[in-house]
Amino acid sequence: MKLKLFVVSLVVLLSFSIAFAQEDTLTVPPIPPDSALLPAAVTGLVAKDTDNDHGHAITLKWQPSADDGAGRQSVAMYEVFRWVPDLMTRIPALRDTLEYLKLRTGDGWSPPEPGSRTDSIHNVFASLDDAQLEERKESLEQTISQAIRDLPAAHAAYPEDGDWQQVAVAPAGSATAADVGTKEKDTPDYLPDYSDFYYRVDAVTADPAIRTASEIVGPVQSYGQWFNKGRLAVSVFVLIFGLLTIFFVQHARRGADLYVRPMAGIEAVDDAIGRATEMGRPILYVLGLGTADMIATIASFTILGRVARRVAEYQTKLIVPAYEPVVMAVAQEVVKTAYYDAGRPDDYDEDIVFFVTSLQFAYVAAVNGLMLRELPATNVYMGKFFAESLLLAETGAVAGSIQIAGTDEIAQIPFFIVACDYTLIGEELYAASAYLGREPILLGSLKAQDWAKAGVIALAVAGLALSNLAVAYDWSWASSIVDFFRVVD
Amino acid sequence: MKRQIPVVLVGLFGLFMIFQYFVPHESSEWIYEFLLDWTIIIGIFAMALGLWSLYRVSVEKIRTRKPAWGYNYLTLVGLFTMMLFGFTSQNGEAWGWFFPFMVAANLTLVMIIQASVTKGHRGLFLGTAGVCLAVCIVIIIFDDTWGFHFETAEGLQSTMFRAFFDNILIPIFATMFSLLAFFIASAAYRAFRARNVMATLLLLAALIVMLRFNPYFGPLSPYMSKASNWLMNVPNLAAQRAIIIGVGLGIVATALKVILGIERGYMGKG
Repeated sequence: MKLKLFVVSLVVLLSFSIAFAQEDTLTVPPIPPDSALLPAAVTGLVAKDTDNDHGHAITLKWQPSADDGAGRQSVAMYEVFRWVPDLMTRIPALRDTLEYLKLRTGDGWSPPEPGSRTDSIHNVFASLDDAQLEERKESLEQTISQAIRDLPAAHAAYPEDGDWQQVAVAPAGSATAADVGTKEKDTPDYLPDYSDFYYRVDAVTADPAIRTASEIVGPVQSYGQWFNKGRLAVSVFVLIFGLLTIFFVQHARRGADLYVRPMAGIEAVDDAIGRATEMGRPILYVLGLGTADMIATIASFTILGRVARRVAEYQTKLIVPAYEPVVMAVAQEVVKTAYYDAGRPDDYDEDIVFFVTSLQFAYVAAVNGLMLRELPATNVYMGKFFAESLLLAETGAVAGSIQIAGTDEIAQIPFFIVACDYTLIGEELYAASAYLGREPILLGSLKAQDWAKAGVIALAVAGLALSNLAVAYDWSWASSIVDFFRVVD
Repeated sequence: MKRQIPVVLVGLFGLFMIFQYFVPHESSEWIYEFLLDWTIIIGIFAMALGLWSLYRVSVEKIRTRKPAWGYNYLTLVGLFTMMLFGFTSQNGEAWGWFFPFMVAANLTLVMIIQASVTKGHRGLFLGTAGVCLAVCIVIIIFDDTWGFHFETAEGLQSTMFRAFFDNILIPIFATMFSLLAFFIASAAYRAFRARNVMATLLLLAALIVMLRFNPYFGPLSPYMSKASNWLMNVPNLAAQRAIIIGVGLGIVATALKVILGIERGYMGKG
């Protein structure tokens, strides 16, 4: 009996020993990373406001870690951290509460799903009546506004009341990253301008726990610029081109004889209108799918004015289906003025220009239907065209109309060339108004365009030569000239 | 004055837009966005003008019995139906009297159109329109299974609007777009006729580019592919870039002419 008791006691003791041994093994504290495994920190970290932007962004540059692509080659990525005051981290929670209160006090509010985040907010405010909720909402709005105003001061309190927050990640081999926020104060990514920011960059290994932080840099502030230096070349070009235009316009005003090569497409317009008059059939003018702020549409208005005037003189019927209401309103004014200028105000009908639809293929269906029903003698397509160009032009060809087209959409030009009798290619659309009017000041601008084109060709050749020579002979000055013409957005 | 004020406004806003392109500052962006908002607002008001124009032209075609005038009824009924679908949505599971309401509303519209286009029986049509309208009002007052949504986008998300948009409009658009393939074939047939040396060159170039995708060319495929890539990347791209440069300069020149008040074609003065 004693032996049995002894054996049972021994087994129980052994079991407890094993159990205690297991627990001890589980509670062993984590081994801190061996300092020998830690990667070298990045060096030379610099943080500065991002150039040529509206502010709300900081650019960071550094020398990669000695273990990035060299040494132990252990760096997998870099993580950029910004010190963020507690106030900033509290704002999203306040916004969530405000959003809840707005929903609660608005129409169509229904209780949130149990256990959701909104539900936890709801539990706090569940017992309040409408007046109290409104009061809380107003108070919260003021609190959030005040918190946003206090952000610069909160940033200035570094390192009190705040913590580091990851704001960007860069792969191994990188030496730069940007902390880009937004200017919208009601978004979580809002980054206030003129606030003191502090940054550090961690060199991180494949095991995220093994990392080395850089030295902290700061304070640095973001702010907006008043000139985008990346667009300097464009501004110089626009200035030169503007001066050229003004010079040639003045030159033309003084009575200089400016030659413009004949444009078959535009010369055919008069013949086509005459043909329509003889056949007693209408002329269809399509302004394209562009909006009134597009240059192609503006050029089309000018051509429409000329066509409408000639149509009014010949007393032919004109049909202008519009894709966009603003375009319709402008086109109505253009056609009306043309009829008045032609001395035939009585012939003007407001329904010459009418709205069809702002849906691309519905518009195509409507215009194609018009072509097949009215059988216009002439179809004129001038403006911005997309996939509908061939659908329209082929239907016009089937209807037996003379077709004249003009667009600056490169992809659509071949379709028009194939399906139409005359096509204005690219810039010819813009030149058409000057060609039609033969007014010296308009022709002067065409001359400026020609000179600018010559300048662009010369620059292209020079740029090509300089780029190659800069590489061949290591001319840094040539590279800087080429870089000047590189436009940065 | 009527012509000078628009020219001055165009000049001012045009200059600001040039200025804005070079100034990334927040204040410049703010004005730019403010002006863009205005274009949206103007566009919305213009849409009302557009719809009125569509209504007028359609009614005129019905009145004068132009060829295929019957389709204008379909146009107007379709427009009115989709507008109503866009402003209404279900409150519960059932639609209740919504569809009788739609029928009555469309009948009201048709009767008003009939009254405006016919010389006789105008009273009859107007009376019928009045009855239909009364039915609509009664349904709106007493049927709470659906409701109007003028301030929110719930109507646009409603079953009927989405059903008509997804199941009728989109297939029709796809059909229209698919016609393009046949039109390309017929246009290509016309374009590739070897009438002269240039047209023959075009035909040859097109053949090479098209045959590149033909899997049955076996040993010739690598050569076809190289020739095609050269055609696309050298002569084709060069021509495209020439057009792009011309278009770019033309855009700047036209914009300058508009800003300086030289080009006034958009006001009816060329």
